[in-house]
Amino acid sequence: MTGPGDVVLRLTDVVKTFPGVRALDGVQLEVRAGEVHCLLGQNGAGKSTLIKVLSGLHRPDSGTVEWLGQPVTFSNPQAAMKAGIATIYQELDLVEDLTVAENVFLGHEPKVAGFVRRRAMVARTTGILGRLGHGEIPPRRAVHRLQAAGKQIVSMARALSHEARLLIMDEPSAVLAHDEVENLFRIIRELTAQGIAVVYISHRLEEIRTIGDRVTVLKDGRTTAADLSAAETPTSELVSRMTGRTIEYVFPPRVAAPAERAELLAVDGLSRAGEFTDVSLTVAAGEIVGIAGLVGSGRSELLETIYGARRADTGTVTVAGRRLPPGNVGAAVRAGLGMAPEERKSQALLLGEPIYRNMTLSTFTRIARLGFTSARRERDEADRVARSLDLRPSDVGRPVRTLSGGNQQKVVVGRWLLGDTRLLLLDEPTRGVDVGARAELYRVIHRLAAEGVGVLLVSSEVPEVLGLADRVLVMREGRLIRTASAGELDEDTVLDLVMAGSLMEGTPI
Amino acid sequence: MTLSDGTGTAAGLPAQSPPVEPAQTGAAKSPRIGWGGENSENTIRNLVLVGVLVVLIAIGAFTQPQLYSDSTWVWNNILSILQLASVIGVVTVGMTFVIIGGGIDLSVGAIVALAGVWATTVATQSYGAGGMIFTAIVVAVAVGLINGVLISYGKLVPFIATLAMLVAARGLAAEISDKQTQISDSAFINGIAAGKLLGIPLLVYILAVVATIGWVLLNRTTFGRRTIAVGGNVEAARLAGINVKRHTMLLYGLSGLCCGIAAIMLTSQGTSAQAAMANLYELDAIAAAIIGGTLLSGGRGTIVGSMLGVIIFATITNLFAINGLSTEAQNMVKGGIIIAAVLVQQFRFKAVTRFLHRNKT
Repeated sequence: MTGPGDVVLRLTDVVKTFPGVRALDGVQLEVRAGEVHCLLGQNGAGKSTLIKVLSGLHRPDSGTVEWLGQPVTFSNPQAAMKAGIATIYQELDLVEDLTVAENVFLGHEPKVAGFVRRRAMVARTTGILGRLGHGEIPPRRAVHRLQAAGKQIVSMARALSHEARLLIMDEPSAVLAHDEVENLFRIIRELTAQGIAVVYISHRLEEIRTIGDRVTVLKDGRTTAADLSAAETPTSELVSRMTGRTIEYVFPPRVAAPAERAELLAVDGLSRAGEFTDVSLTVAAGEIVGIAGLVGSGRSELLETIYGARRADTGTVTVAGRRLPPGNVGAAVRAGLGMAPEERKSQALLLGEPIYRNMTLSTFTRIARLGFTSARRERDEADRVARSLDLRPSDVGRPVRTLSGGNQQKVVVGRWLLGDTRLLLLDEPTRGVDVGARAELYRVIHRLAAEGVGVLLVSSEVPEVLGLADRVLVMREGRLIRTASAGELDEDTVLDLVMAGSLMEGTPI
Repeated sequence: MTLSDGTGTAAGLPAQSPPVEPAQTGAAKSPRIGWGGENSENTIRNLVLVGVLVVLIAIGAFTQPQLYSDSTWVWNNILSILQLASVIGVVTVGMTFVIIGGGIDLSVGAIVALAGVWATTVATQSYGAGGMIFTAIVVAVAVGLINGVLISYGKLVPFIATLAMLVAARGLAAEISDKQTQISDSAFINGIAAGKLLGIPLLVYILAVVATIGWVLLNRTTFGRRTIAVGGNVEAARLAGINVKRHTMLLYGLSGLCCGIAAIMLTSQGTSAQAAMANLYELDAIAAAIIGGTLLSGGRGTIVGSMLGVIIFATITNLFAINGLSTEAQNMVKGGIIIAAVLVQQFRFKAVTRFLHRNKT
């Protein structure tokens, strides 16, 4: 058995690759019993992949995971659960229509001769909830009737019902209000006092300082710092550990944009309840505007609302002097807008269809004559774009699912090169894209801008925003908090802006 | 994967790997219609269906050799199979569009009945054959569009919306006809099913025309492309600027149109209409489309496959009839075939996923 302070989990040189991406590239991590171990890193640093490795969703390609002194590989989440590692995801994985008790004991209900011992289940749930300091939650209530905080408690109760010895919490505070966060921290302290180890993931530095014992920093899939003190390490050091780059961003030299540019897009006072508030911005012809912000800051929602894929509550979107009707993608496309959405596969591509049909998805009506499509003309147009984007393989008749992530993204961007696109909205254009294709995409974006197309770009990768954009907008919790030309900002400043404040406004870091 | 593709990625460098390119385009041009794309997959599946058809006919010839030795009988039997397939075939064309578009239409049989009954009321018949045809089409299209509006704008699940319509339309048909069989007095209408051109029944020509138009619509028009896009990935279609709601509505309208045509054909066949007619057509049409390779989740399917599915079903019915076997046994075999077809579809999907997975890792 392990006592308090003993190492319960040790990861050595863990590597996990996906097509085109090295998500984990040598991760070291050591978690001790009874501590709150914080994982820090930018979006795409590999935190999610690491969690998935620990919880049995992914298997590492190489490296070792030692759990309680024994090397282990979890073939599925149940195996990890059984071993005592429980994960509480940001999107809580509860069955909304079952009761609290049923959720807590889902998959391991106390049974006798195949029948669930409901009363025992309820009693044990009451016990666990009491241990969490939430005896007031009725075990027989349907989970969908609970608030977010209550659901989180149920998730934790489920973990405890498995006798978890390590609790992984992925941004648990993201769904909570201020006083609920306090309560969460109290529970975490009680759990750690019982010897349970907690891996705590958060973007909010001040939370890490409040609750954390030690910090491990990830960057580009590697551990860049381990065994830092959560309370005492200076913010500047944490930020620099997160940002010091190993991936080189190769930005092609920018052709100087003409000084006088016509305003193309004007967004005025745009709001959507719970997503973003009172956003105003402009994009000129030939200008690249970048939005920096964390996942959940409302940036993707903002882009989709400008595009008409979501309907704004208030505010207007004007393109070249003409107001767009809200919530109408067709009108936006006709006005010359194009969007490459965040989730390529689910939002942009028909994976089984050939490349050329994916490229012409928004222009096949225009290419057609009297409603009759022409495969030849579509292929010719797609061929032209494929060549200009250096698409590989270049045969546009192939199903798009056979392409790599980077080339699929070229198909999505290429779609808008076929039309008369005047303003391109790019949401995470280089996510899951390898370095080579990344540089090509940057070049395409620059070329479009040089041709007078306005570009509004959202990216989690701050260097990308700074390297590509003429002007940078910083977004936090649904508001634009800073606008500056790219030259005025550096990575640390932007990171400070997007991460600071938030819940515990005013708490000194 | 072509060879040049492999070297290109292996180089791993940003852009500019020039000399390899021409060889690749040359090699890549060849599978234009070729083996490895979606088209060839469809072709193979349709050939398999033709094979099944051949086997079924062979079973017929084996079990009833004396019938099959008479060439006139064989020709007439083929015609009767086609005639049997014609009405349900027209319905299946519409159903194929709806399923490819990501939906389902359980109300087709009920729409056929309602349109048939409405077209044969005394009041409608007083306008003559033109009035009857017009009424059948308008009623069927209208009911289809109501389905479409409920599903696309009312956000009802297609299964529920069309199931409710099934019940409601049959109810209305019974109400209008007062549960009586309505005899068609129109010589023109009644003559359609009886008529032949060059020895082939007119109904078969109607199916051929509808199927051909359906094929062109699906494969050569923007309407067909939108159908595939909406069914294949509704979010991608929406974000590409396609008016998904309007298109979904139109798909059910199209299904209604096919039902209207089928109503006239069926009324002509029986020289009458009644509320109970076209019973379980929805099952036959869905089954035929699935056997023909239409993906139930949408985005893929062919008219040719669906028509082969319909003909296979008609051939089975015919096979049982010439052997004097019961309809009950026939239904059991049909059920088995539907399950087999879906299993094959799933198996193929698993194989594809496995293949993709292997390529990834």
